[in-house]
Amino acid sequence: MFDKEFILEIFTTIRKNKLRTFLTGFSVAWGIFMLIILLGSGKGLENGIKENFKGEAKNTIRVFGGLTSIAFEGQPNDRHIEFNNYDKKIITENIPNIDLLYARYDIELDIPVHYKSEYATLAVSGIDPSTKEIEKIKLLEGRYINDWDIEHSQKVAVIGKDAKKMLFRAKSPIGEIIYVNKVPFKIIGVFSDDYAPENKKIYMPLATAQKIFLGGNKISSIAMTLENITPDESKTIENSIKSKLAKRHNFSEKDERAVLIINSIEEFAKSQKLFRAINIFLWLIAIGTIIAGIVGISNIMLIVVKERTKEIGVRKAIGATPASIVKLILLEAVIITIIAGLIGLLAGSTVLEIANGFMEASNTAQAAASEFDENMTIFKNPSVDTMIALNALIVLILSGLLAGFIPAKRAAQIRPIAALREE
Amino acid sequence: MLRLEDLHKYYHMGSHDLHVLKGIDLEITEGEFVSIMGSSGSGKSTMLNIVGLLDDYDSGAYYLDNKLIKKMNEKEAAIYRNNTLGFVFQSFNLISSKDALENVALPLFYRGMGRKNRNDKAMEYLELVGLADRAHHLPKELSGGQQQRVALARALVSDPKIVLADEPTGALDTNTSYEIMELISSINEKGKTIVVVTHEDDISKMTKKIIRLKDGLVDDIIIN
Repeated sequence: MFDKEFILEIFTTIRKNKLRTFLTGFSVAWGIFMLIILLGSGKGLENGIKENFKGEAKNTIRVFGGLTSIAFEGQPNDRHIEFNNYDKKIITENIPNIDLLYARYDIELDIPVHYKSEYATLAVSGIDPSTKEIEKIKLLEGRYINDWDIEHSQKVAVIGKDAKKMLFRAKSPIGEIIYVNKVPFKIIGVFSDDYAPENKKIYMPLATAQKIFLGGNKISSIAMTLENITPDESKTIENSIKSKLAKRHNFSEKDERAVLIINSIEEFAKSQKLFRAINIFLWLIAIGTIIAGIVGISNIMLIVVKERTKEIGVRKAIGATPASIVKLILLEAVIITIIAGLIGLLAGSTVLEIANGFMEASNTAQAAASEFDENMTIFKNPSVDTMIALNALIVLILSGLLAGFIPAKRAAQIRPIAALREE
Repeated sequence: MLRLEDLHKYYHMGSHDLHVLKGIDLEITEGEFVSIMGSSGSGKSTMLNIVGLLDDYDSGAYYLDNKLIKKMNEKEAAIYRNNTLGFVFQSFNLISSKDALENVALPLFYRGMGRKNRNDKAMEYLELVGLADRAHHLPKELSGGQQQRVALARALVSDPKIVLADEPTGALDTNTSYEIMELISSINEKGKTIVVVTHEDDISKMTKKIIRLKDGLVDDIIIN
């Protein structure tokens, strides 16, 4: 089909009709350009949202105590459900597939904190070392709280970068002693979290916080990551956590508010569905644009066939078979489509790359300027991956064939006598 | 070489049929140089189209090279045309985007011959018509007479059994017309069967035999 002679033949025609070929190809180039821009933007949106879900690709389940809403086994409703170290133990021992788990105790009051003459009221949390992995906390200086600190109820603290600014300004706080509620703590590290309010907090070992703030063995919340599980399995685990807690705290398993369980996999699945819908939508728009391009090419090829009626008649008279005429027209359409489409593909990718460069620069600038390191991007790294490019290429070839089909059929039907009849 | 027996052709014009060829009997043997004459409406173009496998006939019989030609499909007709017939048209009908050599080589392209071979062969025939030095000129860079010579070379390059020329001098001035006819005549001298359709008496007189058509029938045959 794609023999050299025909290709040469077609390139001669194309060369002889540069403007016409350009105009024809432009509509397709534009269509593919739009396809790439749209799909690239879709990808950018997806990447942006995923970035905000960061780390949540791994399934995280968080459990908070709540208020009962159903009276159960003689107990009235509106009862506070509070967790303690025993809840952590129950979950750790009974729930399978747990990768990492932490419990934390958030003191609900603002606590006065001193460093030399500096003073601030800050939030304090007692935590487990695995908060670092599960919450993706970045350590800016020093070290994080470790298991040894927990076991020995050490009076050490890591402080959020905003809290550090308040107390130490530009100075390094590592090794310094601060007074939290008049109790001395040694600072061992500075952290940063994507969730900005955390950056104003002071973290200390869970057991230490429980002792100092008279929490007994109270816990505010428990969070865990689960390994290699499907959304269904995750849901099952969620239910079994709830049922364990219900049994222990004596509330109805039907009670929606007794404990609050946030399962990231559901959010993730929801967003996946959204992306799929957006993608389908984008493809629809892009294909609409390409169809306009195909109609353009088809239209012009029809004119070409009309214009070349005589030539086609001559070719037939000297022995061209209908099949070879079809091939001639079809190949011309395909070649124009592919070349124009590749130009559109290249232009689209270039624009995306440039946009990407700009966006990265502005993101960095924003992050630097922002008091709160929100870092909320809804657009990140828009790109065309090979799959999209490949799909676009297939769309191109198909559209070329489609565009050439009617004109080629028309050409094959040209009767030499009609074509050669003198006007 | 070519035999028509009681050939009829109708054109369907709306509700009534137009009877164009009303039973033509004709034989052209190998090596003949024949002109077909007739006023417009005499059926000469229709006959040429049928002889040239560009159109079908309704009844009778047409033998070309001893083969009965009847209801060929387009592909068969294309291949048969390529192998046995060469065409020369009134308005030359060279392909404007191709130079003289490529135009001459085109029938060989459709025969599936490789580029090198067909260009060599095309060059041979351009030499025959005296235009070897114009091989790489486009049609628009050639005079009418030169274009018709290229068309003649194209008709001959596939070594056809018969060359069919439809008003080959119709678009040329008198002097050039004579030159072309002399060239055609010299090709006939080498044994090629040639059929020329014309309405000009002086052109027909340069052939060896004149077949005069009138109202869809052979009216007269004159040997020059």
